[in-house]
Amino acid sequence: MWEYTDKVKDHFLNPRNVGVIDDADGTGEVGSLACGDALKLTFKLDDNGKINDAKFQTFGCASAIASSSALTEMLKGMTLEEAEKITNDDIAAYLGGLPKEKMHCSVMGRDALEKAIVCYRGEPEKKIEGEIVCECFGVTDLEIERVIKENGLIAIEDVTDYIKAGGGCGNCHEKIQMTLDTIMGKDMSEKKKAVKLTNIQKIKLIEETLEREIKPGLKQDGGNIELVDVDGDRVFVKLLGTCAGCSISQVTLKDYVEKKLREFVAPDLVVEEVKS
Amino acid sequence: MNIIYLDNNATTQVAPEVLEEMLPYFSEFYGNPSSMYNFAGQTAHKLEEARSKVASLLGASSEEIVFTSCGTESDNTAIQTAILSNPDKKHIITTRVEHPAVKNMGEYLSGKGYRVTSVPVDSKGRLDLDYLYKNLSDDTAIVSVMWANNETGVIFPIEEIAQAVKEKGIVFHTDAVQAVGKIPIDVSSTSVDMLSISGHKLHGPKGIGVLYVRKGTKFFPFMIGGHQEGGRRGGTENVASIAGLGKACELAAAHMEEENTRVKALRDRLESELLKRIPNAKINGDTDNRLPNTTSIGFDYVEGESILLMMNELGICASSGSACTSGSLEPSHVLRAMGVPFTAAHGSIRFSLSVYNTEKDIDVVIEKLPPIIQRLREMSPFCEAGNLKLET
Repeated sequence: MWEYTDKVKDHFLNPRNVGVIDDADGTGEVGSLACGDALKLTFKLDDNGKINDAKFQTFGCASAIASSSALTEMLKGMTLEEAEKITNDDIAAYLGGLPKEKMHCSVMGRDALEKAIVCYRGEPEKKIEGEIVCECFGVTDLEIERVIKENGLIAIEDVTDYIKAGGGCGNCHEKIQMTLDTIMGKDMSEKKKAVKLTNIQKIKLIEETLEREIKPGLKQDGGNIELVDVDGDRVFVKLLGTCAGCSISQVTLKDYVEKKLREFVAPDLVVEEVKS
Repeated sequence: MNIIYLDNNATTQVAPEVLEEMLPYFSEFYGNPSSMYNFAGQTAHKLEEARSKVASLLGASSEEIVFTSCGTESDNTAIQTAILSNPDKKHIITTRVEHPAVKNMGEYLSGKGYRVTSVPVDSKGRLDLDYLYKNLSDDTAIVSVMWANNETGVIFPIEEIAQAVKEKGIVFHTDAVQAVGKIPIDVSSTSVDMLSISGHKLHGPKGIGVLYVRKGTKFFPFMIGGHQEGGRRGGTENVASIAGLGKACELAAAHMEEENTRVKALRDRLESELLKRIPNAKINGDTDNRLPNTTSIGFDYVEGESILLMMNELGICASSGSACTSGSLEPSHVLRAMGVPFTAAHGSIRFSLSVYNTEKDIDVVIEKLPPIIQRLREMSPFCEAGNLKLET
C-alpha cells in the first residue's frame, strides 16, 4: 500500500481538467502503453499570452493521474515563461510529496509540458538527444544526467524512481553508476594520481581496499582473496574459497578487484593471480 | 465500511474456529513441548494432534510433516536439502511462473554456479512439459514446480510431472501453497518427494508453514538447532500456530466440496458478468485447469493500481499484476511469461475468493467495477470519447 498524501488521493479520485482542448495552442504527448503510463497535455492561451485552460488525459497509476491533474491546475494563469520553469519537484510539492518510487510520474508531467511548449512555439520536435542507455524504457544518457543533476540523485535506485531507467533487465546499471560517479565527482583515481605513494603506503592502501571494498563482496559468494606480494605496479593475489575454482575468476580479478584497486589506490595497478 | 475481501490468494481471514483453537496456547498451556513434566506434555500432545490433521489433509503420514515458519522457508528448505543431498549435481529445473520463494532461490543458486532451467509457459499459462522432460539429466539435483499458480490459478499436472521426474531418480518438490485446501491432494498416490504449505493461505495464522517430506527422502535441515521436528528443523515449536494450522486443515477438508461448488459458482458468476459488462476484457490463464477460487482478468488500456485504489474506496480488496502496485516498473513475471500484451498486463486484476464470500459480495463488484473501468478509460489518451482507439 502506497502512502499517498490526501492531496494525491483527492486529485486521483476527483481529477481536474480531464480531456482534450480541441483547438489547443500546444499539445505534448509522452509515455506509452508498454511503459505503463502515458500523458497527453493540451493548453490554450488567452490574448495576454497567459494559459487560460489546460487539460490532460492520462493512462497510469493514481500518482500519474494526480500529477497530471495537479500540473493542469498549476498551469492556469501562467505565462509560458513561468510555465517553463515548473520542475518535477514543483509538481510533487504541489501534491504534498510523492512516494520516492513514484517520482517518475512527476517527471512525466514536466516532460509533457516541455513538449507542449515546444509544440506551441513551432520549434521542430526535439529528437531524442544522446544515446539510449536503458533499452527497457528508452531512456538516454542525457536524460539520466539531467534528472541526476536536477534532483541531486546519488544512487541507481533513485534514477529508476525518477526516470525509470534501470528498472527493467538491469543491464544498464553499470552505465548509470558511471554517470552518477562522474557527476558526483567521485573519480577517486584522479585524486590519488596526484599523490606519489611510497611502497609501504601503497601496500597498506591495497590491504585496506581489499578489506573494505573487495572482500565483503567475495565473501557473500563464499570466496575470499589474499595479498601475496606487490612489485611496482604489479599486485599478486591468491583467490580462495569458491573464487579459486570459479570459471569466471579472471573476470572477478580484472573487472572487480583490479578496478577497485585502481580506483582507490593507483590507476596503473595490474592485478595478477598466484595459483597455489 | 463493509469490506469485500477478494484477495484470498494473498492471505486469508483466520477462521474463528482456528483462533479459538490457538488461544489457550498463548495463555494456559505455555509449556515447552520438549519438557518432561505433564504440564508440557499437553502442548506436545496438541502438536502431534495438529500434525496428524495436516497429514490427513495431504494423504501423508504424520512423520512426513515438518513444521516451518512459512511457505518460503518450506520452499527454501526443499531446494537446499536436495542440493546438499546431491553435491555432485549442479543443475536445477523450475518454471518461469514460480513464486519468488522458488524463483529467487533459483537466481541465487545460479549466482553460485548452478545451471538453472526455467520451464516456459504458453499464452494460457500451461507448462511446456516436453521442454521440462528434455532438460532432465543426470546432473539435475531437483525439479521444483508449483502445484497451482498464485496469479492465474492455473493448475499444473503435478502427478504426471512427479512421475516422469521420479523415473529418472531425481528429487521432485512442489510449492502447493495455493493448491492445498482448494483442490483435493493425496500425496500418497503421487511421486512427489516434498511439498510446501503456508498456514495463512487456508484460514490459518501467518508465520506457520509445512514441508511434507516423503519417507526415505534424504534430508538436511535448513534451520540448524535442536532435536525438534525429528532433527529436521531446529527451534522451539510455534505451538499456538501449529494448533491453529491443524484446525485449519481439518476445516479445509470439511469445506473442500463447498470450495469446488459454491465458491467456484461465485467466481464463475463474477467472471462472466464482468466480461459481459466490460468490453475489451480477457481472462488470463487456462480456464479448464484452474483453482475454483481464482480469476485474473486483463482490462485493456487501464492501469491496475488505479483500478485497485478506486475499488478500495468502496471497500473492495483485490490485487493486480500491474507494475505500479509492487513498486517495480514491469508487470508481473507470470503475465510476462505468458506473453500477455502490455495493454492487458498493466490492467490485470486478480480476484481470489474464499468460503467466506457471499452472493452479495459478488453483486457489489459486478455493479461497481464496470463504471470504474469506464471512467479510467475515459481519462486515458488511448481512448476517444470513451471508445478505445485501438483494437486488440
